[in-house]
Amino acid sequence: MRYSIFTLAAQTLKGHRGWKPVWRDASPRSEYDVIIVGGGGHGLATAYYLARQHGLSNIAVLEKGHIGSGNVGRNTTIIRSNYLLPGNTPFYEFSMKLWEGLEQDINYNAMVSQRGVLNLYHSDGQRDAYARRGNAMRLAGADAELLDRDQVRAMLPFLDYDNARFPIQGGLLQKRGGSVRHDAVAWGYARAADRRGVDIVQNCEVTGLMIDAEGIHGVETSRGPTRARKVALAVAGSSSRLAAMAGLRLPIESHVLQAFVSEGLKPLIDTVVTFGAGHFYVSQSDKGGLVFGGDIDGYNSYAQRGNLPVIEDVMESGMALWPALGRIRVLRHWGGIMDMSMDGSPIIDHTPVRGLYLNAGWCYGGFKATPASGWCFAHLIARDQSHPVAAAYRLDRFATGHLIDEKGVGAQPNLH
Amino acid sequence: MRLPCPHCGTRDIQEFTYLGDANVERPGASEMSEAAMMSYVYERDNPAGRQREYWHHSAGCRAWIVVTRDTRTHRIESAESAKPLVQN
Repeated sequence: MRYSIFTLAAQTLKGHRGWKPVWRDASPRSEYDVIIVGGGGHGLATAYYLARQHGLSNIAVLEKGHIGSGNVGRNTTIIRSNYLLPGNTPFYEFSMKLWEGLEQDINYNAMVSQRGVLNLYHSDGQRDAYARRGNAMRLAGADAELLDRDQVRAMLPFLDYDNARFPIQGGLLQKRGGSVRHDAVAWGYARAADRRGVDIVQNCEVTGLMIDAEGIHGVETSRGPTRARKVALAVAGSSSRLAAMAGLRLPIESHVLQAFVSEGLKPLIDTVVTFGAGHFYVSQSDKGGLVFGGDIDGYNSYAQRGNLPVIEDVMESGMALWPALGRIRVLRHWGGIMDMSMDGSPIIDHTPVRGLYLNAGWCYGGFKATPASGWCFAHLIARDQSHPVAAAYRLDRFATGHLIDEKGVGAQPNLH
Repeated sequence: MRLPCPHCGTRDIQEFTYLGDANVERPGASEMSEAAMMSYVYERDNPAGRQREYWHHSAGCRAWIVVTRDTRTHRIESAESAKPLVQN
């Protein structure tokens, strides 16, 4: 069923009893052309673009839980393309352009809202760094505006401009940035892929990879073996565990990142704002809750829950930015497991095992990359060569020295 | 999470700084090669389960310790001084 105002009107007249499930709950077949491990945003987008751009349809997405139960449903829903380095900027700008056309493309309301992303600066040095970043963004075709203090104050009058330690001097604004409803991204890609014949198999955990000297031949799963000559891993958070089944050690550590939602409030903030003197970002969901987060906890974890010191740290940063937050109650918080790579940038590449492809290492930033990640991973799988905008995301860059280290902190994953 | 410092007793995690996997060893002069150094600097086992890891009691006794911890549950199995392990 194609969604439109007419189907909505027709369903309204029928009392909304005619809606069909959005995707088939497929059982795994014995053989596929391509198996994608991981039914998160990246895996589902990869399946969709393999079908749409490359004409493949004999594809399975294997998900150990249910669609949207991992990081695609745990992030803080921000999209932006405000990167500095040449390996990153074109990729994230490509992703932004795909976001802009996504809903029409997949015929699904993902609530893409280009409400702007504003990064605040608090010192002359930080202003200069943001001016440089803004110039790099504009050279890559993205939009960026450097705002002074008065311009920021006109947008967000309630921030603490005269904070004794971190006065707000201005900000770098990307107006095309914003937020997207993350669950709808998973569901929309799942539906769009399903409509093109992709099997989405839930509750199907991959327990082993069938590999011999020639390469990969399939996967062992909790629902039996299934064969394919091409297997693609899109399991951020668990990449090291899957790669270990192929005998690979990755330049990745798994860390827990916490996120928070406040009680529902009337409209307070109509953009995404980040504190430049600590790590804190906040926006408001359409339900009214403030959605915010900060740093990872800083130690290896697969627990999907964090500890109290980081919660306190996030709240302190929030209060330094926006003192009125102290009157608001936190409703829930949760954790997700991030692939923290050794240079803070992702990997979309072949592995040394023939037919096994890797999409990993997204650190905090995987959600905004979802469409481009799927597009470029599909390109790699179908054509066996990297897409031009993702060509820098090589697995061997750690050996060759072509690192993409936005923060410049080196091989210490908990600092990226 | 609290860590049992072998010198100070059980202390809040805020007193400690994390370094990472304690099984990673710098190649000795005889086995030094580009590949060995790449593996040492960048590649990690990243286990889901038991991991031995370095922590620095930076706001306490300032000693390095090796903690054995389950990364799935954050349960601490043991903590020992890193000094005798590093000197061997």
